[in-house]
Amino acid sequence: MKILVCITHVPDTTSRISFTDGDTKFDKTGVSFIIGPYDDYSLARAVELKEQTGGSITVINVGEAETEPTIRKALAIGADDAIRVNAYPIDALFVAKQIAKVAKEGAYDLILMGRESIDFNGGQVHGMVGELLGIPSVSPVMKLDIDGTSAKIAREIEGGKEYMELALPFVAGCQEPIAEWKIPNMRGIMSARTKPLNVVDPTSDEAATDVSKFELPPAKSGVKLIDADNLGELVNLLKNEAKVI
Amino acid sequence: MSALAFIELDEGTIKKSSLEAITYASAVEADVIAIAFGALNDGEADKVGAAGAKKLLHVTDEKLSTGNIMAYSSAIAEAMISEGASLLVLAKSSLGDPVAARVSIKIGASLLTNIVELPDTDAGFKVKNSIYTGKAFAITESKEEKKILVIKKNAIEIKEDGGTATVEVFTPTIAESDFKVKVTSRDKTEGVVLLPEADIVVSGGRGLKGPENWAMIEELARTLGAATGCSKPVSDMDWRPHHEHVGQTGVKVSPSLYVAVGISGAIQHLAGVNSSKYILVVNKDPEAPFFKAADYGVVGDAFDVIPKLTEAIKAQQ
Repeated sequence: MKILVCITHVPDTTSRISFTDGDTKFDKTGVSFIIGPYDDYSLARAVELKEQTGGSITVINVGEAETEPTIRKALAIGADDAIRVNAYPIDALFVAKQIAKVAKEGAYDLILMGRESIDFNGGQVHGMVGELLGIPSVSPVMKLDIDGTSAKIAREIEGGKEYMELALPFVAGCQEPIAEWKIPNMRGIMSARTKPLNVVDPTSDEAATDVSKFELPPAKSGVKLIDADNLGELVNLLKNEAKVI
Repeated sequence: MSALAFIELDEGTIKKSSLEAITYASAVEADVIAIAFGALNDGEADKVGAAGAKKLLHVTDEKLSTGNIMAYSSAIAEAMISEGASLLVLAKSSLGDPVAARVSIKIGASLLTNIVELPDTDAGFKVKNSIYTGKAFAITESKEEKKILVIKKNAIEIKEDGGTATVEVFTPTIAESDFKVKVTSRDKTEGVVLLPEADIVVSGGRGLKGPENWAMIEELARTLGAATGCSKPVSDMDWRPHHEHVGQTGVKVSPSLYVAVGISGAIQHLAGVNSSKYILVVNKDPEAPFFKAADYGVVGDAFDVIPKLTEAIKAQQ
């Protein structure tokens, strides 16, 4: 089975978010970058599936040269080779078109990624790639089992889960608890240095959207503390000041 | 120009978030057409008109009543073309998100998502969308004539005096290839307010000490008509199901009121709740970081405060 795992290169979940250049650029100062947490789950499941059924894992990232340490980490975790599409990931459509082109040329059986990136949170790329390739896309996937050419999936829906069956190939956007995150071991880290990382040029496709400015949420004006023995006052505030109950 | 709004049903009742999508669409375009799949309960069609739609396309084909993402996408793309609509508005959900992505490719539209307020149409078409898991916003411009907007809960207040929508049965042409995914079963909690739909969310954390102590959270939630949520450790320890996990890697909520009980307020949890209009924190540790992100706070033991708070709310209802 040939698996393509798509990863994002995103700020660590504990990062403080700020912007520069008149709020038009993300401020990378002091920020450490990681494999998207959801993408990390999809990679971990890909490694498990490869252990069960054999095959290969190719990891793909759409990003500039700065993402290579993140890609090397994915290779250390268990991917066999990597492709970096050398371009800034402008928007979901642009990224989806890059992935769809690589996926089509490589004839992958399974395309995995996280349910969403944790920078732009769009959760659009898996659906777009599925549609571009004319194959199903399922997200957010919590359980994925493959038997020959068919798959059983549990997908999270509001208030529960949906169980489904479908045939390969398809695209899945993954989340916990599909697999446990894998920590690269020393052998993995050593071998990642020599695994192939191919840099390819992007297609000439254009993005459909453009971010003109960033904003931070307004700071809270400070908490109003209410005595635990005076909860009637709290109810009064919720009712008459906030008007939410 | 006209706009299409995708309506989601929960047991035949229109989701509130879908009514928000209709009202949002009607604030952007004068002619709003809603599209719904499957049986509608009595009186539901009236809500569609009241929220601002002039017409309801009702897909009654049994084969299309089960949330089939590929078939819904084809049907919506077909409806947009036949109605001459250049805008599609949907509420963010496990069904809306993938449908929006697929339709955007089918019709060549730009897709703008996690939108928190009405667009700025003074020069071009710009929306404000939530990014970095609620830690920031982006002002994003559409570069295409056709647009798909996925809105977050509370992006707009539902209109109730719109008018009456005419109901038309819509029979889309769906190819067999759109039935590649077979939904075998659903396992869904019944009779509770769904987390992303809720106006009020009551969440519990590790401070509650164990799953056996959730009755008071549920009682407070029932009293407020709220949904219940939890922190990541609580879901990781299986005290509560995963679909209740609120935070960076769980559900992101934007209710009118978020009540956090026994949750310290790690940055990953705050990321999932900081688009809430008001936050109430109950914690016995006065140094809990959550108080810094809160509007109202009670320093006290949840086991003492929560039952008393529930009684105080009942007394004023």
